Formats: sequence, C-alpha cells, structure tokens
Amino acid sequence: MAHGSSAVEYRNPAVRWIDRRLPIFSMMHREYGEFPTPRNFNYLWNFGALAMFFLVLMIATGVMLAMHYTPSTDQAFASVERIMRDVNGGWLLRYLHMNGASFFFIVVYIHMFRGLYYGSYKAPRELLWMLGVVIFLLMMATAFMGYVLPWGQMSYWGATVITNLFSTIPWVGDAIVTWLWGGFSVDNPTLNRFFSLHFLLPFVILGVVVLHIAALHVTGSNNPTGIEPKGPQDTLPFHPYYTMKDTFGLAVCLILFSIMVFFAPNFMGHPDNYIPANPLVTPSHIVPEWYFLPFYAILRAVTFNFLFIPAELGGVILMFGSIIVLFFVSWLDTSKVRSAKYRPVYKWFFWLFVIDVLVLGYMGSQPAEGINVLIAQLATLYYFLHFLVVLPLLGKFERPKPLPRSIAEAVLPRGRSAAGMAAAPAE
Amino acid sequence: MDKALERPMRSITSLFAAFAVLLGGALTPAIAAEEAPTPPAQDWSFDGVFGTFDRAASQRGLQVYLEVCSLCHALDYVAYRNLTALGFTEAEVEAIAQRYSVTDGPDDSGDMFERPGLPQDRFVAPFANEQAARAANNNAYPPDLSLMVEARAGGADYLYGLLTGYVEAPDDVELSAGMSYNEYFPGHQIAMPNMLGDGAVQYTDGTEATTQQMAWDVTNFLAWTSEPNLEDRLNTGRGVIIYLLIFAGLLYAVKRKIWAKVH
Repeated sequence: MAHGSSAVEYRNPAVRWIDRRLPIFSMMHREYGEFPTPRNFNYLWNFGALAMFFLVLMIATGVMLAMHYTPSTDQAFASVERIMRDVNGGWLLRYLHMNGASFFFIVVYIHMFRGLYYGSYKAPRELLWMLGVVIFLLMMATAFMGYVLPWGQMSYWGATVITNLFSTIPWVGDAIVTWLWGGFSVDNPTLNRFFSLHFLLPFVILGVVVLHIAALHVTGSNNPTGIEPKGPQDTLPFHPYYTMKDTFGLAVCLILFSIMVFFAPNFMGHPDNYIPANPLVTPSHIVPEWYFLPFYAILRAVTFNFLFIPAELGGVILMFGSIIVLFFVSWLDTSKVRSAKYRPVYKWFFWLFVIDVLVLGYMGSQPAEGINVLIAQLATLYYFLHFLVVLPLLGKFERPKPLPRSIAEAVLPRGRSAAGMAAAPAE
Repeated sequence: MDKALERPMRSITSLFAAFAVLLGGALTPAIAAEEAPTPPAQDWSFDGVFGTFDRAASQRGLQVYLEVCSLCHALDYVAYRNLTALGFTEAEVEAIAQRYSVTDGPDDSGDMFERPGLPQDRFVAPFANEQAARAANNNAYPPDLSLMVEARAGGADYLYGLLTGYVEAPDDVELSAGMSYNEYFPGHQIAMPNMLGDGAVQYTDGTEATTQQMAWDVTNFLAWTSEPNLEDRLNTGRGVIIYLLIFAGLLYAVKRKIWAKVH
C-alpha cells in the first residue's frame, strides 16, 4: 500500500479488493479514524466542520435551484418567484440557500477569529492559513455573484457599484469594467456570466478546501494551548471523539440555522431585493449583504486624495488590502507563542480588533455622512495598525506567560495517568 | 457542562450575540434613513411562530383589491387558482376568474382572441404595460402588489400605516400637482390618492367598510400574496426545531458517554 502506515486487513472481500487497488478505505481510516487529534479542543474547533457542512448544503440546494432558475434579465426575478410559489418545496430550497450563505459566512468568520486568537496561522501552518484566505476570497466572489442572480433592486445596484470599483484602476479601468460587464452597463450578458461563474466557483472552493484539509492533515490541528502534541497522552483518535463532538455541534448550529430559515428567513436580506431590478431608479441607500459591510466601510472610508492616488482608488486599494494583509499574518505576528491564552497583552488587542471589525460592519450599514465618516476612517486605520504595527511589535515587547509542558499537563486533572485512558470519575 | 467547556461555549454565545447586534444594526438604516416616522406595530395573525393567515380578513381583502386596488395595481405573481388557499371553493375561484377577460392565442388562424379567465390564469393586470399605466396615472407607475409586504421595510405595519396615513398636509408643505400627503410615505408626497374612504366597498359578509377595516383586510390579503407558503414554512419549522432539539439532546448524551473515559 502506498502510504500504509497502519495496514488494515478488511474482512469484507469487496472492500479488501478495492482497498488494495485504491486505498480509500485505509485513507479514511487513517485520516478520520485514528488521526491523532489534540485532546483539548474546545467548541470553537467545530467551526471548520460546520463550514464544510454549509459548503455542501450550498452546493446541494444551489444545484436544485439552478434547475428552476432562468438567467435572463426578463425572467430572472419571475423565475425566483416561481421557485417560491410553484416549485414543490422551492421556498425551502431558496430560504436554505439564502440563509445558508449568511451562516456560511458567520461560521467562517468565527473559524477565522478562532485562528487569530489561538495563533493557528503560525509555523508550520502558514500555508494552511493562506489557503483559508483563498477560500474566503472565493467565497466573497461567489456570494457577490449569487446575490445578483434574483435580479432585484439591490442585486442590480450592488453589481453596478462593485463592478464599477474596477473603473478606478488607472488607464485600463474603464476597459476592464466593459469587459467584465460584457457591454456598457450591467445587463443580460453580465447576469449570464455571473450565473455561470456562480455555479463554477463553489467547485473551485471545494478544490481549495481539499488542499486546506490536506495541509491540515500534514501539520495536524492547532489547539487551545497552542503547543504541539508531544506524545499519545496529548491526543485522541479523531473517531469517535471528534466525529461525535462535531456532530453534536452541528445539531446545535442547525437549530440556530432552522430558527432563521423557518421563522425569520428574510431577516438578513434587504426588502428592496423583492423589487425587480430597475436601471432607472436608484435605491436611496445601496447596502451590500451584511457579511461585506466591514469591507464596504473600508472602501468608503477614503474620502480624500492621497498624493497622486484619487480617493476612489485609495478606497479600493485599502479594501483589497484589508484582505491581502491576511495572507501575511503568519509573518507579521512575530511572537513565538501561538495561543492568546498565554499572551496577556495580545489577548486584549485581539478583542479590540474584533470590536474594530464590528464597528466597521456597523459603519458599512450606515449612510456615509457626518460623524460616521470619521468613525469609519479611525476604525479602518486601526484595522491596518493591528496587523502592520501591533502584531509585529507585540511579539518583541510582550512577556508571555509560562507555557505548560504538554497538553495533557495543561488539561488533565493533576495526578491522572499520562495515558488518560483509566476510568475517570464522572464530572 | 464541565468547566472546560463552559468558557468556549460562552464565547460562542457572545460571538453570536455580537453578530446579531451587527445584523440588527445593518437592517435599521433602510427604515430610519427615510424621513418618515416608523408606522406603529400592529398585531397580525401571521406574526410569530404560530402565525396563520386570517381567512375572513384575507377574503375581504381580496374584495378590496378587486374592487379598488386592481383598477391601477397588477398582481402578476398570483393565479386565481391560488385563492383556494384562502378558503374559496373551486367553484368560487372559477366564478371570480370568469369575471375577467384574458387575451389568449394565437388560434389556428394566427389571431389572438379574448376569452373568460380560468383558474390557472394569473390575475389580469389593469394595464397592458408600464407606459399605459403611467399615461393613465399622471405619469406615476402603480407598482405590482404581489410582493408589496416583503418589498417594503416595515412590511405589513408599513402598508397598513400607509393606507391609513392620509392626513391634511401641514401648512409649510406645498404639494405638487396631483400628489397627496401621507404620514408614512418616505418624503410624504405620494402619487396614490386616498382610495379607501369609508364605504369604498360594500362587504359581502356585512362587515362595516371603514378605512381602517379595508386597510387591515387588504394588508392581510397582500401579506398572503407576498408569501403564500408562510403557514407551510412555520409548520415545517416547528417540527424541524422540535426534532433537532431532541436529536441534539441525544447526541449530547452520547458525546458525554464517549468522552467520560478521557476527561
């Protein structure tokens, strides 16, 4: 067997026959059965599995919706209403897909903040983190194009605003925008290509997710202490311990998700998107979906020309920069200690950063006028300060708390056997 | 729950709470930004987890729509056959559909022809196209009402507020020609005149047709046209949540049992 560290003899002859030729069963056993996983995960480590669930849900519901949707400016809106009214279970498919997008982002944002808190991006997991940022970027592109498809007012005007960002690129901007649109405004060709790409990109995401997981299974997972497992006393086999914990976490998440889908399906949407797109009527406030709001705030925060850079271009640069900077976190953070648990100062800066992102999100939802502009500018400034100044300096000046010698020492009651397999008193 | 799990669980809850605050904030501006007061919240039968449509009010609302609103407003996404969901019999639906004339065709000789409406037809629109609608309405376009409750911030409360919100314009406001003053319309100047004066319809069930009553009824009806599957959704939702609560409880018990050995 190619990588048979633990050759398993399967009793079922068909399984044995397949496994000798294509060792998928032993691979699953190795990577999801006995895979040594730190024993001290808290529930924040559920969110990777939850993100996987939502990706699959989005693809499954999306493929079904595509069977009934018509990508044409004349019929897109009506075909969505047909799904809602005449397709059996269509309302459920669409509400699952709509709210699934929001939950996918909620889950991924928590997953990312968890990585930032516990230093999961540090060596040797830099590439793992960067692949995650690639997934995040692809998700944003996919979600943006998906929101255009119902061809409501926010679909149309959101698409117009966002594609117009590219017109700020010097010299070639306008040509690029025309090329993106397939014409001289957001119109039928734009809708058609967005539908095509919206169908394609989730499978690209799936591909990068496979790489993300492959990289994870090389380095192994980080854990709340941020120290590597030093032996069998520090780990548990993935199954049944984490399969079970992930399943329970999924059930809890599904309860929250179902509350949204069944009792407040339009809460995270915008009423204007139930008005068919009309190029002649601009909504009074064009607001993107909630998960883009922090970046939208950064985009609008630049209200002044900087040297030779016009304000609009500055906003676009900062908005893309706010995501690009995530690629370099592994090197910007100079601290040798991973987990904020042992970083008394970073812990505070982490929560300050979370608040900063929430403030940016709120500002993105508000009209850019008066004091809002200044708040958004300060919050934008702090967003970059956190990554470009705080993280590099903190590693130099912060005095971390002493690290435990091993995970087992940190999490098991004193005096417990190292193997940790002896019968434990009920807690 | 043991101590080790309590903290992360708490941080998860607070993260969800933070997102909820963010979301709440994200949704207010569209309502608050327009210069019109928020219409008072009403007690709708379709609100909440156990919501249902008020059949009697919706049926009266249909009458208001057919006799008043439908003179200008279309209802493109609703078919006559859908009305059985409001408690009309198939015979009643056929009778309603037959009152309208539908352009069909082409026939064998290539001509379009008129025929009485059938249950499978969509509600017949008052105007052939937007231009015709504007020409007849002082250049204003009466919007389609199928999704009116979902397409406005404030939903049913807003619609009811709007329909009952016609008041004398304050002295400092000069209305443009053909416009009316409405307390709850963004900008206050609305092209639609107050169509629901007391007695604008004569209810077949004998209910007194006050402005409030008609506004209430037609809002109930339009809440149904906006989301005809609402009852189905709430029903399914209650079952799903109960199922998931029990399932999650069982999963937690199994999880505890599996993990008991290694804590």
